[in-house]
Amino acid sequence: MTSLYDLPDARGHFGPYGGVFVAETLIAALEELKAAYQTTRDDPAFAAEFARELAHYVGRPSPIYHARRLSETLGGAQILLKREDLNHTGSHKVNNCIGQALLARRMGKPRVIAETGAGQHGVATATVAARFGFECVVYMGAEDVQRQAANVYRMKLLGASVVPVHSGSKTLKDAMNEAMRDWVTNISNTFYIIGTVAGPHPYPMMVRDFQTVIGKECLTQMTDRFGRQPDVIIAAVGGGSNALGIFHPYLPHKDVRLIGVEAAGEGLKTGRHAAPLTSGAKIGVLHGNRTALMQDADGQILATHSISAGLDYPGVGPEHVWLRDTGRAEYTAATDDEALKAFHALCRLEGILPALESSHALAHAMRIAPELPKDKLLLVNLSGRGDKDMHTVASASGITF
Amino acid sequence: MSRIAATFARLSKEGHKKALIPFLTAGFPEISLTVPLLSALVEAGADVLELGMPFSDPMADGPTIQRASERALAQGMTLQKTLEMVAEFRKNDRETPIVLMGYANPIEAMGTAVFARAASAAGADGVLVVDYPPEEAESFARELKAESLDPIFLLAPTSVPERFAKVGQLASGYVYYVSLKGVTGKGRPDVAELARRLPAIRAAVKTPVGVGFGVRDAETAAAVAEVADAVIVGSRLIEELENAPAGEALARAAALLRDLRQGVDRAL
Repeated sequence: MTSLYDLPDARGHFGPYGGVFVAETLIAALEELKAAYQTTRDDPAFAAEFARELAHYVGRPSPIYHARRLSETLGGAQILLKREDLNHTGSHKVNNCIGQALLARRMGKPRVIAETGAGQHGVATATVAARFGFECVVYMGAEDVQRQAANVYRMKLLGASVVPVHSGSKTLKDAMNEAMRDWVTNISNTFYIIGTVAGPHPYPMMVRDFQTVIGKECLTQMTDRFGRQPDVIIAAVGGGSNALGIFHPYLPHKDVRLIGVEAAGEGLKTGRHAAPLTSGAKIGVLHGNRTALMQDADGQILATHSISAGLDYPGVGPEHVWLRDTGRAEYTAATDDEALKAFHALCRLEGILPALESSHALAHAMRIAPELPKDKLLLVNLSGRGDKDMHTVASASGITF
Repeated sequence: MSRIAATFARLSKEGHKKALIPFLTAGFPEISLTVPLLSALVEAGADVLELGMPFSDPMADGPTIQRASERALAQGMTLQKTLEMVAEFRKNDRETPIVLMGYANPIEAMGTAVFARAASAAGADGVLVVDYPPEEAESFARELKAESLDPIFLLAPTSVPERFAKVGQLASGYVYYVSLKGVTGKGRPDVAELARRLPAIRAAVKTPVGVGFGVRDAETAAAVAEVADAVIVGSRLIEELENAPAGEALARAAALLRDLRQGVDRAL
């Protein structure tokens, strides 16, 4: 049973998914990265360095908080929140950025690049670049640059250059295309910090490994605080890094249900969503891996929609498709409206502003909690804080500043 | 013998001439112009034609070919229509090989085996899928060969010798050597570096080696032709078409090709 999840294989496959689907021009860089990661992965000195950065720079471990007022209001299962929103930079993204930055330093690369949608991963990358003294270039769809002006300025304050991408749909997927093009051109001095569990091998494995700090902490914290593990773990899935980070250490704990929540946007039936797993999207190849992809009948990638820019991506990490197929994790979706309701509920009842991404996970917890007995424990990965989303939430409520 | 092999054999017989291979995005600048453009390119000296199958996310291409893909898709291009263009061209040209070049996803959406059958039936001769490195393309290469299509692969300045061998096991027709680190349409090839690297590649792959990325004029074409078996030109041609006033696309493309042809033949 463990072997079913002891993946990927040597060439990056999770069952039929994942792999290395890139032009020959990128192969050497990926081989170099794979070799460097293999040696650091087993190096206790690297693990110690990573742990030290997470403790003293990021502020880990992040607590698990019992949302009592929210749970009482719903009248069913207890809702627990893994507080990734309390990390430095305000989301789980920084865990992975620290890991990759340490690796970049070991590989002697003075320049890092990243793609970003909402700006969370861009901000986290710009932050670690400042911390470690790297040159930093962040690619961001021109549409997202408009929508996330505050985060763009934040990245600039941190010393990064932000390059607006005008091709294609001018969003996250196009930013990723452009970052890949930069990497191909500047391979010798550049490290590409991918922000999610997608892309060519070894990225889906490496990003997952760095993010599993979330689930590993939960295993200990749940025993210490509650004397047992949760009944259900719920996490939002765009590319899926916060979800895999909390799911993966729980894969062998078969009595813990794992639920990923995608963005249903305006509703799965409208086509305006970003839920490839829940909507049964066809398997295809994009950004270096084989995975479920929102695409038209001709195999062209579709523009997606979600109120949460961080979930607005047509694909999903290949390991999630595998976990769906094997039945180890379940996937569902929450609409823009459901996410907004969850956002407001957490603000009012617990004094916590969740990111719109995390609000999708919370929305599903709020859907199922009332049906469950009061002694059931639902652990929600609160992957980020919502300060960045205030303009979006305000405008959804018809308010302008 | 495949049409591609026959073409290289003919050139060799004609006094070791080098092949000139233009790349054109199907459906650019206008859907109705693709077939006439292909014929005009042959008329002006093309030996093999590379026809780009437009994709929404062309990761390995620079801005010029990205724009061409976007425009073609906006005009309603599909993979099916690209194959119809090949069939249309083939009605009047039985000799000039066509290599279909693109990305994996539209092909997988059609089904790889279905695509191989349809491409072969349309009269295509080779297929290059940019994001299928040899490790991920073994079954696809078999499907192509079963339909008498040549699987074409890329090699790059960063490729190590083990990769020449890997490509050599699957490739037929020719191998496409990317002369630069980067995306299409950037910079100029370093000919001395090419001359140093090509012999080992040729020995490993046992097919002719074409060189592309950065061929912009007759002078570069001549220099590349000195060392390579084929000179591939893509972005430069797309730029010419992009800038051509209405009604002059064919004439402009032909003039550019004639100029490049002179360059290639100067290497004799």
